[in-house]
Amino acid sequence: MAGIPHDHYEPKTGFEKWLHERLPVVSLLYDTLMIPTPKNLNWMWIWGIVLAFCLVLQIVTGIVLAMHYTPHVDMAFDSVEHIMRDVNAGWALRYMHANGASLFFFAVYLHIFRGLYYGSYKSPREITWIIGMLIYLAMMAIGFLGYVLPWGQMSFWGATVITGFFGAIPGIGEMLQTWILGGPAVDNATLNRFFSLHYLLPFVLAALVIVHIWAFHTTGNNNPSGVEVRRGSKDEVKKDTLPFWPYFVMKDLFALGVVLVIFAIFTYFMPNYLGHPDNYTEANPLVTPAHIVPEWYYLPFYAILRAFTSDVWAVQLASFVTGGIVDAKFFGVIAMFGSIVVMVFVPWLDTSRVRSGKYRPSFKWWFWLLALDFIVLTWCGSQPAEGMVPVISLIGASFWFAYFLIILPLLGVLEKPLPVPATIEEDFDAHYPPKDATAPAAE
Amino acid sequence: MPITRPRTPRRLRLNDLNKGTDEMIKASILAALVAFGLGSGAAVASGGGGHVEDFAFSFEGPFGSYDKMQLQRGLQVFTEVCSACHGLRQVAFRTLGDPGGPEMSSSQVKAFAKLFEVNDDSDGAQPGDTREGKPADKFPENHGAGAPDLSMMAKARAGFHGPAGLGINQMIKGMGGPEYIASLLTGYTGEEKEEAGVTLYENTAFDGGWISMAPPLDDDAVEFRDGHSADLHHMSQDVAAFLMWTAEPKLNARKKTGFVAVGFLVLLTSLLYLTNKKLWAVAKRKA
Repeated sequence: MAGIPHDHYEPKTGFEKWLHERLPVVSLLYDTLMIPTPKNLNWMWIWGIVLAFCLVLQIVTGIVLAMHYTPHVDMAFDSVEHIMRDVNAGWALRYMHANGASLFFFAVYLHIFRGLYYGSYKSPREITWIIGMLIYLAMMAIGFLGYVLPWGQMSFWGATVITGFFGAIPGIGEMLQTWILGGPAVDNATLNRFFSLHYLLPFVLAALVIVHIWAFHTTGNNNPSGVEVRRGSKDEVKKDTLPFWPYFVMKDLFALGVVLVIFAIFTYFMPNYLGHPDNYTEANPLVTPAHIVPEWYYLPFYAILRAFTSDVWAVQLASFVTGGIVDAKFFGVIAMFGSIVVMVFVPWLDTSRVRSGKYRPSFKWWFWLLALDFIVLTWCGSQPAEGMVPVISLIGASFWFAYFLIILPLLGVLEKPLPVPATIEEDFDAHYPPKDATAPAAE
Repeated sequence: MPITRPRTPRRLRLNDLNKGTDEMIKASILAALVAFGLGSGAAVASGGGGHVEDFAFSFEGPFGSYDKMQLQRGLQVFTEVCSACHGLRQVAFRTLGDPGGPEMSSSQVKAFAKLFEVNDDSDGAQPGDTREGKPADKFPENHGAGAPDLSMMAKARAGFHGPAGLGINQMIKGMGGPEYIASLLTGYTGEEKEEAGVTLYENTAFDGGWISMAPPLDDDAVEFRDGHSADLHHMSQDVAAFLMWTAEPKLNARKKTGFVAVGFLVLLTSLLYLTNKKLWAVAKRKA
């Protein structure tokens, strides 16, 4: 593996040499675990481990749940109840899986916002960032597919609404929607294929995660200072970094422990808090719930979808220019997917030469406004679209796009950044001063 | 077994039953629609109509667990009153003997199951044939007058919402499903009106204020074997607690496991904290 120079695995015993010549798997593991990691990483760098844990948790609990689940419209709902009542610890598996999805998204949002603040998307980490966005998209798809499987009211109507997005595409939309559903409406064919895909896609996601890790192991981690590890020699590297094992493994495991305590409190003491009561009523195509609300982790994007109603001038303009092909519904769908796609391009939209937001006085304000915007949009998505909600949603959605398309490109030109530390060592020493201030710390 | 069960709907007052099938389907769809008007309580969604009282149930909070006697009383109310129209199709009779439930003895469970007629699935049975229930059977389905199945009702409704759609009340008070059920049963004002051939009854807990279910409980509608007071308020809470158990039969085990899980995780995390602190001490010049 290219990247930061460090000591590599040397096979010692006869067996090790024999194996290494045939399959350098120990070498791969050693280099992955011993990768030099910037020693100034803060606590926002722990979400990767939490996410890796979530993926394993979801796959393990999901595989066991699939052993007891029946993907048929007449039996799915009852088979979930069979898991809750008759399968040994089935209730624990299901509650872990359902709340595990929430933890997964909670962690990924903090992970993404950490990347946005510290400029982790910037050269040379664009590929890591783009793969990350693909992972996030896969997560959204998997979460949605999985939510349909219990075949409750929200499963059914959520599936109807979400697949309707594809139906909004002009011309081919209806055909596409029928193809996705396997029929004119959400039915048994839909449930079967959603189950199949819900089982398949996590393994695709796992493969993407490996590429994600491969990419940032090639470039090295970003860090709070945004300054690169010095790579002139192994000695220089040692001043800026510590090996991932044991330093960051232990730190991450401790952080994971804290997160899991909170996760366990949700799973065991308030397992339905993040769910929707309607999903404990079996799907009924004849009865529409009063408010169809997606799971909390989709709410910001749901708010953006709903923000662009037919009375918004941008929608009217789009409709006029395209001769009515782009209507409010399709515009909303474009806006929703666009709000994620725009993040893919952030490595090129951010024009600042300074990587870390720590040293960008104006950027900081805009960044925290974006974080607030995300929370406000989450709330908007949960509310019925009435009163002030559509207006707030529109402002929130507009700011989301403005941040990426206008503010980030301009800030790089207009902002005067603060001085950046020369090295990671300097940044670290500022926090943990060497005991003998005159001599550099000996490791 | 002193618990008795009405073979014919005792309190059925929906006057759509003798009005021809089309009318009946229309009425039941309408009833279902009305019933669903209230199913809007997401953790985050706003809305939710009527007034729901915050009853103090024994199973609330991290330390709460089911009161076996209350579940038995609730079972009695369900059997003698609710089961005339409502089913519990997810609940097997055998689970009435499970730990963390009403904990009836196996002979009691056997005798209780016999009170119910279930579909006969034995060889040679004709469709529609029934036989006496056995512990392995589930409570039969029952949609008399379009009544919904109650197995999961306590989790399918949220009694508490907000404030401002933030879901804080649900975090503090709980989701409020059983509170909703108890409030509904005690929330009749006595007013009635007729709409599309269905008699609606005013109810302060029901979203929209008018429900198609006639007031099912009056004071002393049942006689509790343990001598517990059978006024409307007590009966409502007992049957609400019972329905919470039918919706979440593993609640006691869940909380018990939760304490072990959280306890071990706190211990493990503390050890990891100390390990991590010691490990980094040299690098951070603290050692």
